[in-house]
Amino acid sequence: MIEIRFHGRGGQGAVTSAELMAQTAVGMGKYAQAFPSFGPERRGAPVTAFLRISDQPIRNREKVYEPDVVVVLDPTVMNVTKVDAGLKSDGTLIINSAHPVAELRKQFGFTQKIAALDAMAIALEVLKVPITNTVMLGAFAKVMGQATPDDVREPFSHRFGDSLGPKNQAAFERAYAESKLGAN
Amino acid sequence: MANKPIGIEVSLAVAEAVKLCDTDVVAAYPITPQTHIVEHLSELVADGHLDAAYIPVESEHSAMSSCIGSSAAGARTFTATSSQGLALMNEMIYIAPVLRTPIVLAVANRALSAPINIWNDHSDIMSVRDAGWIAVFAENGQEALDLTIMSFRIGEHPEVRLPVSMNIDGFTLSHFIEPILIPEKSQVDAFLPPFETDIKLDLKNPMSMGLLGSPETYTEVKKATDDILLGSQKIIEQVFAEFEKVFGRKYNPVETYRHEDAETIILTMGSISETAMTAVDEMREKGRKVGLVRIRLWRPLPVKQLQAALGKAETVAVVDRHVVMGVPEGPVALEVKSLLYGTPNAPKVCNFILGLGGRDVRRADFKYIAERAQALAKDGQNRFEIVGVYE
Repeated sequence: MIEIRFHGRGGQGAVTSAELMAQTAVGMGKYAQAFPSFGPERRGAPVTAFLRISDQPIRNREKVYEPDVVVVLDPTVMNVTKVDAGLKSDGTLIINSAHPVAELRKQFGFTQKIAALDAMAIALEVLKVPITNTVMLGAFAKVMGQATPDDVREPFSHRFGDSLGPKNQAAFERAYAESKLGAN
Repeated sequence: MANKPIGIEVSLAVAEAVKLCDTDVVAAYPITPQTHIVEHLSELVADGHLDAAYIPVESEHSAMSSCIGSSAAGARTFTATSSQGLALMNEMIYIAPVLRTPIVLAVANRALSAPINIWNDHSDIMSVRDAGWIAVFAENGQEALDLTIMSFRIGEHPEVRLPVSMNIDGFTLSHFIEPILIPEKSQVDAFLPPFETDIKLDLKNPMSMGLLGSPETYTEVKKATDDILLGSQKIIEQVFAEFEKVFGRKYNPVETYRHEDAETIILTMGSISETAMTAVDEMREKGRKVGLVRIRLWRPLPVKQLQAALGKAETVAVVDRHVVMGVPEGPVALEVKSLLYGTPNAPKVCNFILGLGGRDVRRADFKYIAERAQALAKDGQNRFEIVGVYE
């Protein structure tokens, strides 16, 4: 089982990210579970969402306290939230940031594996809106080997419809092509 | 669709079940964390996927009042609520069973104020424990969907005709996306006949319901309702068996997990049971003889099944999600003690309050209570504890 925690801000799609990846995994015949950090929803406030993916049925409804992977959708969250809290020592951070990995390590003291990409630039270019969730899913899917562009096609089209579905697919594929550990 | 689970939010799966059951009337008022259920139902009705009357009432009191009226008129009726919404329904909740209106009510269980809290525990449903409703608790999303379908069949059965509350833990179940098999419409049609009753409000054959119960009749009406509720367990078990024939999933009033040789049994209701199963596995790996018993059918209380499931253990650690103020015992523990009292070699019963107002219930909590129960049972003293209180 792999446990993932998403960090973002209300309205950026952190919860949607976890949901889409859970639906993708279930579509692939795996077991998965996605849920938000429950509470009043406020646009712009830091939010977390949780995801578990497993080959076996998942019998655990605890929050994710010791994730294998942390996905950061909004770099400003790192200033107010310790995003690597509980992250396993062999875990992975996947960060939306225009800054080099070395700089992120220095600034925030991260010791685990890191993949960073400028998801905001990709989102603005491909989606024309500053919403990074499907871009970050592309990075997550690639770096963690959890899904391919074909696997997300149906869940994306179901969620985003005929118009936004292909755009989000393109955003995912762009990040999927460009992401790797240690890269920026 | 039917052969493969889809990743879907449990609330939406409950709404899909209500659709598959050809529900005639939905009267509801949104309240967190139940909102997604009725929100999705209003979409299904508005988009023409469900041919139902959706009544967007101005309060939960009106929701239950409308439900009683529509059910009394012979319509298949659904509503959903949580917490303060159920509290506001309270007056009408007690009326529905006696009028024999088989409403299905999904409760996304949430703490009652004060302090105001939108998160999960069982204080809302415990406040209507004695009203005469059948009550079931789902462990996961598949169960939530299946129990919704079965609730209509059970409640509307000619020998039952009682309302049913289908309980799902707020957020920890209602807001989870997980794999759920959505059945084919033809399967649901084969399982669930249309709701038909001769005793109903009918303009062509007028009758009154809900009249004054004088001292000469009130006792008899109460006893009759209680008899029907107690007798409904037989029908509920039949419906579980028929459900298995059509859908292949087996349901029992009480479920057990690794309990056969268990010295200590943890007793739970609702979605924390899956976490408890994992905790049991982890304790078993360390050689601890711990098992789990889960109450799915809360009303009528399956006394015999519980006696059989718990009777051989040395200690039972009952988990409650509600504080009975002024009594050093939770509601489930009170009843478990009562049904074990006087049985030969009755196990010692300890009671632990967990997960109030959304406090996360973790595997470590179950490990703690299993060990604590053994210690408490030995000293014979205080066997009640609200777990994890910050001092």
